[in-house]
Amino acid sequence: MANSPAVRVRGLTKRYGDKVAVDAIDLDIPSGQVFALLGPNGAGKTTTVEILEGYRDRDGGEVSVLGEDPQRAGRRWRYGIGIVLQEASDLSELTVLETVRHFARYYPDPRNPAEVIADVGLTEQARSRVRALSGGQRRRLDVAVGIVGNPRLLFLDEPTTGFDPQARRQFWELIRSVVQERGTTVLLTTHYLEEAEALADRIAILVRGKIVADSTPASLGGRAEAKAVVSWSDNGEERSLESDDPGAVIADLTARYGGTVPGLKVTRPSLEDVYLKLIGSEGP
Amino acid sequence: MSTVDSPRQPAPLKDPSATVLGLHRGVLELKSFFREWDQVVFTFALPIVLLALLGSLFQGVYEGSTVTAAQYLVPSMIAAGVASATFVNLGIGIGLDRDDGTLKRLRGTPMPRSAYFLGKVVMVLVISIAEVVGILALGVLLFDVTLPTDATRWVTFSWVFLLGVVACSFLGIAASSLARTGRSVSAVMNLPYVVLAFVSGIFYTPVSALPEPLARLGAVFPLKWMAQGFRSVFLPDTILPQEIVSTSWEHGRTALVLGAWCVGGLILCLATFRWRGRRER
Ligand SMILES: Nc1ncnc2c1ncn2[C@@H]1O[C@H](COP(=O)(O)OP(=O)(O)O)[C@@H](O)[C@H]1O
Ligand SMILES: [Mg+2]
Repeated sequence: MANSPAVRVRGLTKRYGDKVAVDAIDLDIPSGQVFALLGPNGAGKTTTVEILEGYRDRDGGEVSVLGEDPQRAGRRWRYGIGIVLQEASDLSELTVLETVRHFARYYPDPRNPAEVIADVGLTEQARSRVRALSGGQRRRLDVAVGIVGNPRLLFLDEPTTGFDPQARRQFWELIRSVVQERGTTVLLTTHYLEEAEALADRIAILVRGKIVADSTPASLGGRAEAKAVVSWSDNGEERSLESDDPGAVIADLTARYGGTVPGLKVTRPSLEDVYLKLIGSEGP
Repeated sequence: MSTVDSPRQPAPLKDPSATVLGLHRGVLELKSFFREWDQVVFTFALPIVLLALLGSLFQGVYEGSTVTAAQYLVPSMIAAGVASATFVNLGIGIGLDRDDGTLKRLRGTPMPRSAYFLGKVVMVLVISIAEVVGILALGVLLFDVTLPTDATRWVTFSWVFLLGVVACSFLGIAASSLARTGRSVSAVMNLPYVVLAFVSGIFYTPVSALPEPLARLGAVFPLKWMAQGFRSVFLPDTILPQEIVSTSWEHGRTALVLGAWCVGGLILCLATFRWRGRRER
């Protein structure tokens, strides 16, 4: 059991009527990893995650989550799983503390509710009604409810959609601290590239139900091996060269210009370039 | 990274008990109910307010008895109050739970599903009892209702109450699946409730004054029988001529119809209850 993957998916397929929402995807998430499923709206992220959570039934393929098929797994399996859904508007009349305390009761070995509330930064709001929380605070509460059972695997479906950039950064800090300390495996979906880059050990890009890239953030889309572009201006004229060894090119140019190369620039494709190319390269 | 050295790995821990969780859910449901102003006003306070209003409007004493029109109304309003606390309340509550993501969230936790229903039962029982107490208190204070001292009447009250609560609760749970969205659920529940209250002779008194076809329709559903059962508890037998069957309180039949609705309601619930909302397939 020790090193078996937390999630293993082979050929997962889901249709809604004629529409193929998830098209034969494979995923492997080792225990302890933070895995981001990145993709534009409608790519099939929620569908995939909700199949892994046992909410929706698949049409084809194999799925194993914490060693069991979510479609058949029972109550004990859920002890190991924490879920933060894409949207929630329930619980409105309860207080934050009542809510977290109550959800802790469902698990045999829960975390201390007050501690969890402190971890997500809601101590000041502990006695406020959930309906009085701001959008960001509500999301933090959802995370608190997701982690209070002490899960081995945490699902986060677009946790920061609608946040302003500062709130998003704070939320990333929260996830990092909550996750690192306990070695929780995380499956995160997002349509923000920076979010995947900031949090994930590994990123899979999902476009129209298909995985078009799956690697570490650094080497996504062959970025680590991509050629660098050396550009400079030659008598006001923009020149550039692609090369595996930009150092050699620069040495060459320096010799040629006898010192400073005018307008010298070395660039590699940014993660964003790669991402846009990947999601654009599929279909129309 | 191995999970073996994590301190919380093996040692099978005790599963939290479904009964205990159900009781905790009941407390939570009650807190939510009484904090939601709409619900308190429409499902809890409305029958009491209606009794106060109608009781002050209706005048007169029924022939051959000492029962005033207002006193006649009291047991009928208890039945309507119980139906409101069970049928309407559960129908709306579960419809909203399905719509706002409560059911979805719960389904993603290890909560035993029975705990959800047990929580609703606890809530409904407490609210129904509070409703009965509220209506009786009003009846005693405003309309000189005297409570029976004789134990057999309270035995009758208990079984009518329990069968009525169970039957109307099951019907409410089943009806919650009819609403398409959380917004429509209140209308979907209140319309049949108001119609039933009319054809069961709750607002239109005495019940024997109802036109025959309406009375027949009312006799199909549990509310009419609950109201009749409660009248047999709180009114003297001299009021019997105002009943549809003027010779007997028909306790056997009441038990039969309410019991049948308990069984039928359970079957309906099992056949129609959806944990999934419309987006989850
Ligand atoms: N319950 C559903 N019924 C029908 N179509 C759905 C349903 N859920 C999702 N879809 C469709 O499947 C596609 C993928 O949706 P979703 O998984 O929600 O994507 P994402 O989470 O990446 O935005 C979309 O085209 C969406 O309209
Ligand atoms: Mg989504």
